[in-house]
Amino acid sequence: MMPFFSVENLTKKFGGLIANNNISMDVEQGEIRGVIGPNGAGKTTFFNLVSGFYRPTSGKVSFKGNTISGLPTNKIARLGAVRTFQRAALFSDFTVLENVSIAQHLKTNSSLLNAIFGHDNHREVDSLERAEEIIEFLGIERDRDTMAANLSHGLQRQLGVAMALATEPELLMLDEPVAGMNSGEKAIMVGMIQKIRDKWGVTVLLVEHDMRTVMNLCEKITVLDFGQKLAEGSPDDIRSNPEVVEAYLGADDSVT
Amino acid sequence: MSKFNPSTHLLVGSLVVIVFFILAPNLVSAYRLELLTIFLINVILAQSYRLMATTGDWTLCHYILMGVGAYATGILAKMAGLPFYVVMPMACIVTAFVSLLFAIPLSRTLGFAFFIASFAMGEFVRHVWLKFHYPFGGARGINGIPKHEIGQGGEWYFINFWDSRNFYYFALVFTILTLVILFRIDRSRLGNAWKSIYTDRELSESIGIDVSKSRVIVFCVSGFFAGLAGSLLAYQIGSIDPQNFGMVEMVYLIIWCVVGGVKTYWGPLIGVLSMSVVFELTRPLAEWRPALFGLILILFLVLLPGGLETLPTRIREMLNKTSKQREAG
Repeated sequence: MMPFFSVENLTKKFGGLIANNNISMDVEQGEIRGVIGPNGAGKTTFFNLVSGFYRPTSGKVSFKGNTISGLPTNKIARLGAVRTFQRAALFSDFTVLENVSIAQHLKTNSSLLNAIFGHDNHREVDSLERAEEIIEFLGIERDRDTMAANLSHGLQRQLGVAMALATEPELLMLDEPVAGMNSGEKAIMVGMIQKIRDKWGVTVLLVEHDMRTVMNLCEKITVLDFGQKLAEGSPDDIRSNPEVVEAYLGADDSVT
Repeated sequence: MSKFNPSTHLLVGSLVVIVFFILAPNLVSAYRLELLTIFLINVILAQSYRLMATTGDWTLCHYILMGVGAYATGILAKMAGLPFYVVMPMACIVTAFVSLLFAIPLSRTLGFAFFIASFAMGEFVRHVWLKFHYPFGGARGINGIPKHEIGQGGEWYFINFWDSRNFYYFALVFTILTLVILFRIDRSRLGNAWKSIYTDRELSESIGIDVSKSRVIVFCVSGFFAGLAGSLLAYQIGSIDPQNFGMVEMVYLIIWCVVGGVKTYWGPLIGVLSMSVVFELTRPLAEWRPALFGLILILFLVLLPGGLETLPTRIREMLNKTSKQREAG
């Protein structure tokens, strides 16, 4: 059987620099997979490759049997693999509800003729109801009418996830979902990601720097170092892997 | 905010404006009526330009697109002798098609590169008009574009558009149509998706919006209405030449949109209205006009970058601040 999401021999070179070298991995449906590594390990490059922001030098990424490497991000999103951003990416001039409802773009029949002559109004009831459902599901309904720009950092990042979820993805790719958060915000985000997988059956692939979060959240972890895959396994395996400890945390003893 | 029903206010407000424009031929002189017709054409032009600006693409070729519509009208109406109900739709479609030819390469560029490339493409078209005497008439352009008539003299449904009152109403109908269509686009989810491209292109792409394709579509729709404005202009003034569609006109269009703002639907309308009033008031100072408008542009960019549409919010913020200071003091 073909894997749900697979990366085969993925390589990316920038001039003479090999940012990702021959990385392979498979992700099963329903899994929460973490990709970790020390600074400069190639995590961000890896993420940009699988989400379509970069084109690989060689190798391929496939999702549900389709090769997605080399496709533009919007096509990958159409296939059901949606990414979020490390920064607080949102439509700042719009309210929380409007943000989520714009993100439903893929699931709406918004054509030009429909906009002019039909019922494609931005206050259309069906899509607003669905947007509300997502907002409630993620527990951010108190801020539904707040301008996105005025949210706290934690809430802005949660909104980013809510927007990705609004596209009804099968695979959610999260780029450092807890970067820059305090411990309370981290806990909320971890809860949110678990809920998305458990209740909606969405597969999650996340790239993260924060070790504790990854250990708590992921069933399986892939470790990158110097652009290569160093190890792969359960959190316990990774914790006890001497190579990982040395590479990732060598000088630091904060393995938890 | 107090209890405020925007849709009722909107309805009442637009009714008042529409009634004024319907009664206008009885209120103003024939000369003023011609100015008012040009004003309506400018409204179509500015509002169609705002559509481009929703995706963040400010072009320097919108006046050229208007010119494409005007030239298409001139050629079809004068040389081919076709009636207006064939000429106008064709002029709009031709302009939308030319926009498509512009947009495909332009959608590969962004920001400043887009701005400059759009200027270059526009100038190319203007030089085509200048160099090819047939069918564009070179530097002299096309003169004596016939206005149309509906029916024959004496028949009950006879309407003669040589009469400036009739042509005024003709332009008014198209202006209202354009405003309604563009308003509906503005309030649609599709419109929101387009606006989202301006706010964060990468994010739009990540939630499945095909940014390049959307920019091309917006360009073509915007061009379609620029073509409509051009077609009306060609009929109104009866003669067109490349000078009508130069850089100076383009700068005036940009001034309208900067002064009014483009974030809300109402911005360009406020911009065209206020700047047209200033334009008419400064008629005695015609030599100083370019300097004056340049000054206005600079003042707005520095002091009120969001345009007049942001003025109410600004004032409210300032009042809040002073009242808070008073409480504190």
